[in-house]
Amino acid sequence: MKMKRVLLWFLLGCLMIFYLLPVYVMLVNSLRDASSVSLSTMWELPHHLSMQGFIHAWSLLSPNLQNSLWMVFPSALISSVIGALNGYIFSKWRFKGSEFLFALLLFGFFIPYQAILLPLVRFLQWINLYGTIPGLILTHVVYGISVTTLIFRNFYIHIPNSIIEAATVDGAGTLGAFWRVIMPLSLPAFAVALIFQFTNIWNDFLFGITVVPNPQSQPVTIALNNLSGSFSVDWNVVMAGAILAAIPTALVYIGLGKLFVQGLVSGSVKA
Amino acid sequence: MIHQHWISRHSGVLILLPSLILTAIFVYGFIGSSFFISLTNWRTLSVDLSLRDPLWQTYADLLSMPRFQADLRNTFVFTTLFILFAVSLGLGLAILLDRQLAGKGFFRNTFLFPYALSFIVTGVVWRWIFNPETGINLFFDFLGINQALESSGMSPLSPGWTTDPSVVFSVNHILSQVWPAGGDFQIEWGIPVALIPVAIAATWQLSGFVMAMYLGGLGGIRPQIRDAARIDGASEFRLYRSVIIPMLNPITISTVIILIHVSLKIFDLVFAMSGVGPGFATDVPAIFVFEMMFKAARYNLGTSASVVMLILSSLVIVPYLMHSLKTRET
Repeated sequence: MKMKRVLLWFLLGCLMIFYLLPVYVMLVNSLRDASSVSLSTMWELPHHLSMQGFIHAWSLLSPNLQNSLWMVFPSALISSVIGALNGYIFSKWRFKGSEFLFALLLFGFFIPYQAILLPLVRFLQWINLYGTIPGLILTHVVYGISVTTLIFRNFYIHIPNSIIEAATVDGAGTLGAFWRVIMPLSLPAFAVALIFQFTNIWNDFLFGITVVPNPQSQPVTIALNNLSGSFSVDWNVVMAGAILAAIPTALVYIGLGKLFVQGLVSGSVKA
Repeated sequence: MIHQHWISRHSGVLILLPSLILTAIFVYGFIGSSFFISLTNWRTLSVDLSLRDPLWQTYADLLSMPRFQADLRNTFVFTTLFILFAVSLGLGLAILLDRQLAGKGFFRNTFLFPYALSFIVTGVVWRWIFNPETGINLFFDFLGINQALESSGMSPLSPGWTTDPSVVFSVNHILSQVWPAGGDFQIEWGIPVALIPVAIAATWQLSGFVMAMYLGGLGGIRPQIRDAARIDGASEFRLYRSVIIPMLNPITISTVIILIHVSLKIFDLVFAMSGVGPGFATDVPAIFVFEMMFKAARYNLGTSASVVMLILSSLVIVPYLMHSLKTRET
């Protein structure tokens, strides 16, 4: 029994090393000063801590971090509100064919977006939103609707129908019942949907790089990739940049981990 | 009054209508449009929507391109490696944490943490870890492995990782025996070594997700079942192998399908970590589509490759969606 316990802790220790290795690499190399960044000292602790890397990365990435923020909040909010309304109809006001429509809607979450990319770009050019943050917001809202609908539908299924029947007997319409009795109960689902969308949209790369060609208007993931590919930037700056780009979703994860797990499990279709 | 009645009866559809219209245009309309473009002559910057003759010529061109053949091979190899690694590691983590343990929450949160990060962050960091000049190759020096090898007359161990162009376990000669046309392949069918580090980075990012799925399933197994097996004298190993893991089958299926779906369209991680690689050793269809559409302006070729991607992932996703929606009905 004792042997097994030792083995268990040994395994967990090795696994912790594997999972924390990249975090270690990011931290120790982002805190080095440019003069001591070299290939041979990658694993060593810095002799003295320097914020140079972060200051430089911040000056390069802060416009893109702002772009990401401007993109992520409206997209997450709008797609969640639309998802709540859809989920409400698909769970509480089913009609003939509504299940089929739901499946059609849900399919949109699972397509490889490459298959819509060229028409999307042409369409955004046509409505003059190509290369802009509003264009990205529209894109993320449209392709986010399916998963937010799924999250809310799976949540509302567990709310008894009698609540809505009671409200409609009192004279409330479909929307009235939603507003009066469903919305006040929806806070947990909103938290899950908002976190899921925040993480997904913040981490997006494909739409960012294809919809917005101008480096000044691009989200931070694209700017970070450009930074990492350029030979003129020292890699303490790249590692600091990676940390800056990771902080928002990492904070959401650390602060709201439980809701985060619910979100990723509900992204797997089963109610 | 009648008017109002009509609205309340149909308000469900009315509320859904904007989303349905958007989906009709942005998902189905755009897929149709991509498919149409893949059949046209549009292969320069100037739009040319005349149909090709023969109609499927772009697909024939695509499938005979060595680069796209390599992409299909890489997708297949990467998906297999990644699922093997991520599912076994994720299941292992879940079983390790499926007991009374000090700091259990801390371990679980650490293992899941990479899932919150962007594939770009993962790619940027792992690219340095697998850099042949530095990264883990320094460990081989540090641990004295290389000195030992050199002193015994062998060459030092310094894998090229993502820069290694070699393809191992090539099956070309077997293919050419069972299928005469198989000899015409311009690429080697085997495991590109350079894909292994990419699969490891993807495993780092997603094995925590697999663990979370399994932990959810393990939490749903009633303790009586374990007790019954223990009373029957089953060892811990037998308990998991013969009782618990089979009970987790539905979770394994969902997880594998989600991972296949991630893997078939993988783009950002490869793009940031290794790009197309030496001799297209780490190229994937998503990068091919991106380059054809946004760098080379070969629009018909790019859209045809994207249609192939869509078909591949639909083969996995459509049955899964149909099944899970059907079982939930009852």
